[in-house]
Parts: sequence; C-alpha cells; structure tokens
Amino acid sequence: MMEPFVRHTGRLAALARANVDTDQIIPKQFLKRVERTGFGPALFHDWRFRPDGSPNPEFELNHPAARGATLLVAGENFGCGSSREHAVWALREYGFRAILAQSFADIFFANCCQNGLLPVRLLPQEIAELFRRHQAAGGEYQLTVDLEEQRVHDGLGFRTTFSMEPYRREMLLHGLDEIGRTLRFEDRIGAYEKGRA
Amino acid sequence: MTARTLFDKVWDAHVVHQLPEGPALLYVDLHLVHEVTSPQAFEGLRQAGRRVRQPALTVATVDHNVPTGDRAAPIADPIAARQLEALAANARDFGLELFDLRSPQQGIVHVIGPELGLTQPGMVIVCGDSHTATHGAFGALALGIGTSEVEHVLATQCLVWSKPGTMEARVSGALPPGVTAKDLILALIGRIGTAGATGHVIEYTGEAMRALSMEERMTVCNMSIEAGARAGMIAPDETTVVYLAGRPRAPRGAAWDRAVAKWRELHTDSGATYDKHIELDASEVAPQVTWGTSPGMVTPVTGRVPSPADFTTDAEQRAVTRALEYMGLAPGTPLEGLPIDRVFLGSCTNARIEDLRAAARTVRGRHVATGVRAMVVPGSQQVKAQAEREGLDRVFSEAGFEWRNAGCSMCLGMNPDVLQSGERCASTSNRNFEGRQGRGGRTHLMSPPMAAAAAVAGHIVDVRKWAGELAAR
Repeated sequence: MMEPFVRHTGRLAALARANVDTDQIIPKQFLKRVERTGFGPALFHDWRFRPDGSPNPEFELNHPAARGATLLVAGENFGCGSSREHAVWALREYGFRAILAQSFADIFFANCCQNGLLPVRLLPQEIAELFRRHQAAGGEYQLTVDLEEQRVHDGLGFRTTFSMEPYRREMLLHGLDEIGRTLRFEDRIGAYEKGRA
Repeated sequence: MTARTLFDKVWDAHVVHQLPEGPALLYVDLHLVHEVTSPQAFEGLRQAGRRVRQPALTVATVDHNVPTGDRAAPIADPIAARQLEALAANARDFGLELFDLRSPQQGIVHVIGPELGLTQPGMVIVCGDSHTATHGAFGALALGIGTSEVEHVLATQCLVWSKPGTMEARVSGALPPGVTAKDLILALIGRIGTAGATGHVIEYTGEAMRALSMEERMTVCNMSIEAGARAGMIAPDETTVVYLAGRPRAPRGAAWDRAVAKWRELHTDSGATYDKHIELDASEVAPQVTWGTSPGMVTPVTGRVPSPADFTTDAEQRAVTRALEYMGLAPGTPLEGLPIDRVFLGSCTNARIEDLRAAARTVRGRHVATGVRAMVVPGSQQVKAQAEREGLDRVFSEAGFEWRNAGCSMCLGMNPDVLQSGERCASTSNRNFEGRQGRGGRTHLMSPPMAAAAAVAGHIVDVRKWAGELAAR
C-alpha cells in the first residue's frame, strides 16, 4: 500500500513558478495508461524536453544540482487545474517525497495525501527564504521535512513548523488504506442508507 | 434552528459520520465515471477483492479521449482504445450502466448528467474530473475528485471531506446584450484570481444569477474550479424545476411532487453567513478574452495585453513575462483584431444547445474566414441531435465549420483534435494552460458568440458591434 511518510531528508529542487497546473506536471498525451505506474518519465514533459525529445537544459529539474532531488519548493497554487491523480503518481515515481509551497489546489492536495507525497504549506516569507537559500547554495541544498514533529529544518538555521489535519497526518504517517479506514464505519453507512430508503 | 446556507443544508443532509480527526464521511448520491480517471480505481477494487457498493448510483460514459469524427471507424490510437475497452469491461464486471460510443445518450459527463435528469438539487455528486462543479448549477454539491477517491467512493459510496469554507459571489444587475454567462465567470476569475476561492465552495446569488437559464448557470458553476473552488452552487428555483420536468431520470408522479417540495427548501436562509464575500455588477461586464496561460489572465475584449510592469510582485511579473512569451504577444497589443488560426466551439463549459444556438445566430449567412479552421463539437449526442433538428448543423456547415460528434475533444486535446505549435485558437473551453490544446498551441478563452464571430472575422472581434445586425435577424 502507500509508503508511510514520517520524516525525510533530501535534496531540494526549486521551481519558482506560480500556478503550476497539473497539465504541466503530466500533459494529457500521457493520461491514456490504465496503470498507476509509468508516469515518472513524463513528469513535466513539455518543460523538461524540447520538441525533438532532448532534455531542455533551461528547465529547473534538468540543472545538474537538481539531480536526485526528493523535495520540491514551488510557487503558490501548486497543482491547480485538472483533478488528474496521474500528476501525483508522476511526481512520486520521479522520486519526490514532499512538495513545499505557499498554497496548493484543493484536489491536488487531497491526491498527494492519498499517495504518500507530503504537501507542506508554509508562509510566503518561508517559501521565499527556501528559494533564497537554495539559490545561495548553488542548488546543493538539503532539507529535512518531519511529519511526526510537523517541522521543516535545514540544520543551518532554517527551522519552521507546518500544520496538517490530524486525519491526513495519521494516514500519511502509517501509510493507511483509506477505504479500510472508512469501512470500519460500514454499519453507519448501512444505517444511513436505510434511513433514506 | 440557526440560519443555514444552501451548502450547509446539503452538507448536513449527507453526513454519515463525523470523524473525530476532522473530516466527515459524506454520502454520495451520484457518482459519474469516465474512461481516463477510473481504470486504476477499478483495478484497486479487484486487487482488494472489493465490490462497488451502489452500482445503481454509479453511471459511466466515455468522453475524454474519444474521437469526434466518424463513429463507425475503428479508433486509431490503440492506447485510447484500450482505455475505452477497460471502462466497458469494468462496467460489465461491476454492473454499472455505461453510455458508450454507440449510445445516443453518450456525451461529456457534465452535459449528459443534467440532460438525463440524473443531476438533481440537493444531491452530493462526484466524478474524477475537476469540472464536476458544473452540476452545482442545480443546487447540488458537486465536486471533482482524484482516482484514489473514485476508488473510495466506488467501495464505500462515501467521500471523506473536511468541511470547506463558504464564499458568496453576489451578482447584481443584468448582463448587457452580447455578454454571456461565460463573460461573467471569466470576469469573476479575473477579479479574485485562480486561487481566490481555494478551500471554499462558492454560492452564486443575486438577481443576475436568477435571470440565467440552466445552461448559463452550468457555464458559471463549471468554471468555479478555475477560481480555486472545488464546487460552486446556485439555489434551485422555478428555472431549475422547469428544466428537470420530464427528463428521463427525473422523478415522476407523486415522487416528483415530493422532490420539488424538498428542492424548494434548498436556499440560503436569511441571516445565514458566508466566510467570504464578493460582489459583481453584471451590467458592467464586457465580453472577456484571456491573453495568458491561466484563466485569471483575462481582460475585456476592448482591453490590451498588459505589460509585466503593470504587476506588483516578482512572481506575477515572472508569470506574465513567461505567459506573453508563450502566447507570442507583445505588451500593449489590443485584443480586438488579433488574428486567429483555429476556433473550437465545445467543452463542458459551452457545448450545450443554447451555446450552439448563440454561436449559430452569429455565423448564419456568413462564412469562416480564409485560413481559419473552425470546429463545433456538441457536448452530447443528444445536443447534436437537437441541433440537427433545428438545422444548426447546416448553418455551421454552410459557414465552413466542421460538425463533429460529442466528446471533450480539443478542450484538452487527448483525442486527435489538437492545435499545432504556434497556432492561435479562439476557444469556448475552460483552460488556457500552456499546451492544453496541443503543445505550443495558444488558447484564448471566450464565449460562444465571441468565438463564432472570431471565426468569421479571422481575428478577435467585439461581438457587441454585431449586435444591431444580429438583433435584426
């Protein structure tokens, strides 16, 4: 099932763009698969690759320092647009464990929590500070995201907290199956159905 | 009893269980399923040995990747075909009703729900598609969900959702001639931004909303997601009741009377409060055209392409610079007069019969400009049949438009209908994201009459200038 998220230390990649929509994260030509896998190679496809298929050296994730990044900091309203969960599958398969942004689109946020990709909401000035530190380090910048403690820190003076709804935190910490969790209340669902009939 | 909003009333009626950790289990009355976001959900059920809890509340159709050309021809794209076959197999295995490519009721999921009368006031409706917000036009709480949530609803008939905030968008006045519901919602998104309603459900109120037809209300609610809201709602009234009366899946006889009596309770009580509030005067809205790569990048057609310097923050300036580069536009360029290559009349936003009628009125007796390729993709096979009964297909065909079969088509370009790189398109759809209609394609969102007029002129025009002539027809 879903890989639990307790804490993670990894390299941060930076995407200083606002309103990154799910069409950019995984363009529609890759939505025809009937599996949950196989989307990583197409992550950010039209930004990552030039029309001839070669890597676009201008794109942030193609910078040599971004290789192996497992954390991503991005502009506000990340994941807006289409409900496609394929966007989250692509980010996970590429290797990301958490996304840090000032705000996320609602459906994308929910989809992240279903797949062990931690969406971390921070204040605008904290996101700006992460971009600054990432740039100052030439992209060689490590960060720790701790869901158990609900903390983000870099061991170099950056330290902050974030909030996560207890229900989702629990699910992420233990990699719980949400359907199984809901089926504990199957008698209540049945009673509700009877009450309406 | 405390005063409640429309949203509160629908929410309260569907809470199966309030979880102590925050969210509620909310009962789902109607689950709409399509081919692109469901195969992994059904596979998940199979692997866990689970069944669909309420097959009778689950309805499937094919829309996202279907070709809109000849229905008799085999599907050229084998991967798309596999997805359609997967949905057919899943519908068969789990006992679900499916409107497939042979069905006269097939169409875009958000068009067929209302036209079949499946969509009804007071329901909770979900679908693995963000434009599910459309159904809120009937006073339903309708929202888009991801594939894991699709699987969850299939298995439990419930959605886990933490109560969102509420936002009232009060629209006073009346829309001027030549200005449509599409312009209204684009103007609202331009005002509050694409994240302006994140975490909220919008209720559209005010005399301007009351005056709208059901088709127009659907256009407004449809694009709630482009303002960040997972759902938008409009309280049901006589317009809603008249629309639903006699629809195939609407209640009949005594059940109809009981249903209508319940629907009449679905309005926000006086004294109820919202968490956020915005007001708009419909009489001040002009036809809108997007100039950028986000629906919030929009201006009246009389406006000009802005300059990055017009914006305050670094992030905005970067976004605008990037958008203008992608769109191939220089700051200060007037929108009116901008040449276009393609026109797309379609999508769950604007492919209902009224949209096609409005566009047909604009093009009747005229012809698509030389060098422009224009396409009409009806929202459903029923819309198509109705339009053909009214002779609209001939109006479009004689004007040089391609007349297609129903589907999402070039709104998202999953099927063969796509823009080529650099092509500029006047589109009645809902998203102008980079590459949305094809890699490198440049989308300008606008209303059906505006897109139809652009097809005839070969460039973006202010359709209000045609008003005198159109009124005389």
